[in-house]
Amino acid sequence: MTRRFEFHKSNRVLQLYAGLFMAILYVPILFIPLFSFSDGLYIRFPIENFTLRWYAELFERTAVLKALENSVRVAVSVAILSTFLGIFAAKALARYRIPGRGPILGFILLPLVVPPIIFGVALLLMVSALSIPLSLYTIAAGHIIICLPFAIATLLPRFEGYDAAMEEAAADLGENGWWVFWRVTVPIILPGIVASLLLTFTVSFDEFVMSFFLGGTELTLPLYIWGQLRIPRAFPVVLALGTLILLFSFALVFIGLKIGRRGAIKLVDKD
Amino acid sequence: MVATIKENESVARLPVQSWLSGLLTRHESLRGLLLLAPALLILLITVAVPFLMMGAMSLWTQVGFDYTDDWSLGNYSTILTEPLYMTLLLRSLGMAMAATLVMVILVYPMAYFLAFHVHSNKLIWLIIITLPFWTSYLLRVFAWRVILGYEGVINSGLMEMGLISEPLTFLLYSRSAVIITLAHAWAAFAFLPIYVSLEKIDKSVLEASADLGEPPFMRFFRVILPLSMPGVIAGTFIMFIPTVGDYVTPALVGGPNAAMIGNLIQLQFGTINNWPMGAALAVTMIVAITLVGLIFIALMNGLRRWAR
Repeated sequence: MTRRFEFHKSNRVLQLYAGLFMAILYVPILFIPLFSFSDGLYIRFPIENFTLRWYAELFERTAVLKALENSVRVAVSVAILSTFLGIFAAKALARYRIPGRGPILGFILLPLVVPPIIFGVALLLMVSALSIPLSLYTIAAGHIIICLPFAIATLLPRFEGYDAAMEEAAADLGENGWWVFWRVTVPIILPGIVASLLLTFTVSFDEFVMSFFLGGTELTLPLYIWGQLRIPRAFPVVLALGTLILLFSFALVFIGLKIGRRGAIKLVDKD
Repeated sequence: MVATIKENESVARLPVQSWLSGLLTRHESLRGLLLLAPALLILLITVAVPFLMMGAMSLWTQVGFDYTDDWSLGNYSTILTEPLYMTLLLRSLGMAMAATLVMVILVYPMAYFLAFHVHSNKLIWLIIITLPFWTSYLLRVFAWRVILGYEGVINSGLMEMGLISEPLTFLLYSRSAVIITLAHAWAAFAFLPIYVSLEKIDKSVLEASADLGEPPFMRFFRVILPLSMPGVIAGTFIMFIPTVGDYVTPALVGGPNAAMIGNLIQLQFGTINNWPMGAALAVTMIVAITLVGLIFIALMNGLRRWAR
């Protein structure tokens, strides 16, 4: 008995609502690129003169380039480290009967929900108690806390989504443990690995709160922007820089989510 | 199985090695824990130990530029008795609650639309909805400053149209500005759990309800809404908890009257330079969030029993 549901029909009101929702979601963000092309120092609504000079000015600022370099260095290290750790953790969580799996998973995923200020402050306390100077390394340590759950969340469905028999077959055919891992496991979960690298890179690249508490004299891009927000004349340059960062981050995350499929969504399901 | 083969291959092995691999072969969970160990160790060092230290430090007292480490509950009694601290804490809880409520209500129809009315390219929809939340939080908050600011989009637009002659000052630096920005910045946290719970609803249940003659309107209230409640509750939590501790939003669009507990914590580690008090405030915030969460769960349980 197949009954046709009104779900198969289109619902005008809901469609309109969805359009409005997406507009509210995106329009505020789009004002940043929009006004980055405006010639004036201040935001004027009908944009009179189109200019690219704020972008040109951006590349003349050595502090911006230095902050970019720092951000990339931190984000690359954090992405590689958290994905590497994530692969083993995800494999363990997906494949083995681990006593206390629930609490362990909860503990790992905690940083996704707990306000980041708490982790930042707590880590700052420990670092200063051990007289470790604040630097890009302490920033990276803070980013790992946030990125590790994302890496595991992206990789876990990959391990759950294929048959362990393939690994067993390879082992039966005489491959040893490491070769099974490299020649069977890695190729199968490769999309998850790429997605995890892209997503954790972006999360670290854009992270502000941890960097704010754990940063020393060397700035990352979000810290640089924060410093510039106090200077009204720097407003257009911040808009230009923000535009480039948004464009870059959106592209990376889009590719990452597309490759990673439903990792993050499946995870929410488990909570 | 993997380890067994390895054992057969290796001829010369240290006794310890073979004892270890024997142990790992026999105890599956041990192998799992070994794989999990590096990640857990990192989190132990960067999360668990610092949390314990924060708890300890909250019991210290700041004296000049140094602190005494004789244990006392002084910081906590100050927090409970000084009106400023409690005001900020209650205000943070209230504003986070407002932002969460607004967003859960706004997000629900969108999640409903995606779960029941979109049949192709769902993944693309999901990606587009969640995309902003992966990217620069600072910039998304900053965008609202561009919109609400003294020389912002709304003011300059209204002035251009001749509707106002002076910029409206209440737009920026108000509690509503913070609530709007918080709601916008954390929307995906509310969206995802609600969407997942709606998506999981078995379509045959809906068919049964229709076959038994229930009109669509009633079906929503008697079948879909109750079945999606776990998602609504999860979404409420997942969005409420982090927003309480936000300090970037109040700092950028809030101003003094809309400061939140996060700003106060940040000040203790900045200009006020009273780290033990900062630690105590952070602990208090966690306790307060937990209490509100427990009350919320109790209320929901009560509601469910009443509904039956």
